[in-house]
Amino acid sequence: MTTTLTAAIEGIGLWAPGVPSWEAFAGLRRGEPAPEGAPTRPAPALLPPNERRRAPDTVLVALQAAQAACEAAGREPAALPSVFASTYGDLAITDNVCATLARAPTEVSPTRFHNSVHNAAAGYWTIGTGAMEPATAISAGPGTFAMGLVEALAQLEAGADAVLLVAYDGPATGPLRDVLHSDGLLGVALVLVKPGANDRLRIALEGSGSGSLTAPPADIGHGNAMATALALLEAIATGTTGVTLEDGSHGLRIGLAHG
Amino acid sequence: MAPVAITAFTATTALGPGLHAQYQALGQRRTGLRPNDLPGRPLECWIGRVEGVEGVELPAELDGWQSRNHRLAWLGLQQDGFLEAARAAVARHGAARVAVVIGTSTSSIGETEDAYARQEDGHFPADLARLHVHRPDSASGFVRLATGATGPTLTVATACSSSAKVFAHAARLLQAGLADAAIVGGVDTLCGSVLYGFNALQLVSANPCRPFDAARDGLSLGEGAGFALLEREPATPVRAWLAGYGESSDAYHMSSPHPEGLGARRAMEDALARAGLSADAIGYLSLHGTSTPANDTVEAGAVAALFPAGLHASSTKGWTGHTLGAAGIVETAFALLALEHGLLPGTLNSHVPDPACGPQIRFENARADIAHAMNNAFGFGGNNCSLVFSRP
Repeated sequence: MTTTLTAAIEGIGLWAPGVPSWEAFAGLRRGEPAPEGAPTRPAPALLPPNERRRAPDTVLVALQAAQAACEAAGREPAALPSVFASTYGDLAITDNVCATLARAPTEVSPTRFHNSVHNAAAGYWTIGTGAMEPATAISAGPGTFAMGLVEALAQLEAGADAVLLVAYDGPATGPLRDVLHSDGLLGVALVLVKPGANDRLRIALEGSGSGSLTAPPADIGHGNAMATALALLEAIATGTTGVTLEDGSHGLRIGLAHG
Repeated sequence: MAPVAITAFTATTALGPGLHAQYQALGQRRTGLRPNDLPGRPLECWIGRVEGVEGVELPAELDGWQSRNHRLAWLGLQQDGFLEAARAAVARHGAARVAVVIGTSTSSIGETEDAYARQEDGHFPADLARLHVHRPDSASGFVRLATGATGPTLTVATACSSSAKVFAHAARLLQAGLADAAIVGGVDTLCGSVLYGFNALQLVSANPCRPFDAARDGLSLGEGAGFALLEREPATPVRAWLAGYGESSDAYHMSSPHPEGLGARRAMEDALARAGLSADAIGYLSLHGTSTPANDTVEAGAVAALFPAGLHASSTKGWTGHTLGAAGIVETAFALLALEHGLLPGTLNSHVPDPACGPQIRFENARADIAHAMNNAFGFGGNNCSLVFSRP
């Protein structure tokens, strides 16, 4: 890439085990103690309790982070186009469907099947918030978060005022662990808007980096396929001016300007 | 939006490999559907299987990517000189300036299903554990390696709207200056997940599908691969223009369309607005038209509300089956053939119109010179995309 695209970050959402919010993450980065009694499972308020029980964990963590980012930005979720980025989707669903197909194919659960689509989280989000704006779902291997950022900033360039980016992954289960590697549950969301005069935080995609990739924090989200997103969040929390994220080729250089 | 040049395109479906096979079968009203003979998946239904996928040999450097999906992708890339055109674009623009955006619904999950069926002590067998195919994004990774492009690479996976949305993604990448060209497309193959998954939802017909027929009783699943080369400043002749795209969400239900078709209508209206065209400018509309009772009723209603009676709109699922994540690119190829040759397909297998159908829904083929064509692709999660194409 040779073009620099710029946006402002208006809201951040996060959920990881023991770290139930962006504020908790930022506090930990400042050396504050971890919050006590943090929930062990995300419980996004916009899903009714019965939906919450049935929805895959990856959907829950995506919606939890997405809702927090919209609240922080003061944006109405229904007004935002959204980009949902996940390396693997929900591997527990994949495991269940493949195991059922091997054992008794006619017993594949219709609910699990419609939850198996990669855009399940995007679907639950648009249904739960009433958003008729475009929603998309992408995967790009280890470059998934970087490609999510690229798509979100390209949407701003194409005319959107604000875009919701949601990045999430869950644990690999069953025999899938032989070939795919992801642990724990992690959701990160950003509300990205066109740059303005009073931005507190600006992000710039500066093109291919030549330096080494920025390592994600070792103590949070470790082993999760979306941990790359936390490398960016750590840079935001600590006032760093840039990171280089895995993008599937040479590394995507990202500049940060803290206002 | 500024129109984006399409300088090459191709499609491979149950009708055969390449555009000539598509054109011939559409013109002769010859279906590609057959009784289900997918090995190991004995469900009573009709399928649009691509003949000969099993025997396709991948080049040695792509050996670690063996899967039915990638064999079909490779077969599709060989047709109509597409691979040569893509590699020439990579040479012309520089590899890092060519993006790869591929849509798929199931990617290579057929291999993952096989790995589960053949697992040994709770582990994948060695031959399936070493393949790069058990990931949702492997379709774009494969096309990237096959073409040599190294620009922004992603897989769009929004169920059956996937390979329509790739045009919107690519147009944005080009507009933002992140790439000079984009290889877009879609690949989806028949596998246990889709046959038994759609069957579990009671959406699979035991008969060849009959879109928009009053007696339609479900869909026929198919497989397909298609690709298009998009360029901001083309150096080769322009085959067609991507004039507009429209995307929307139903915000209604995971597997049922919005009953009033609000999402579908919004996608179509946005595509027309971006193209700067009114509804009466469209000469052919390739409908999503899956042949399920609910989807077709809703789509017909949305079309009737938006378009004049003179529009020729049809579903080609009776020829190819519903190719899922490849539906967008397959229907795009049909729309582009309509622009190039004036062949407007009807709706194969359908005889008695559903009363919900307006005069736009046509069962017979027609011929007409048209300037603009459109296609619809709607997916699970209420994910909609419409595209408008124009003749050069």
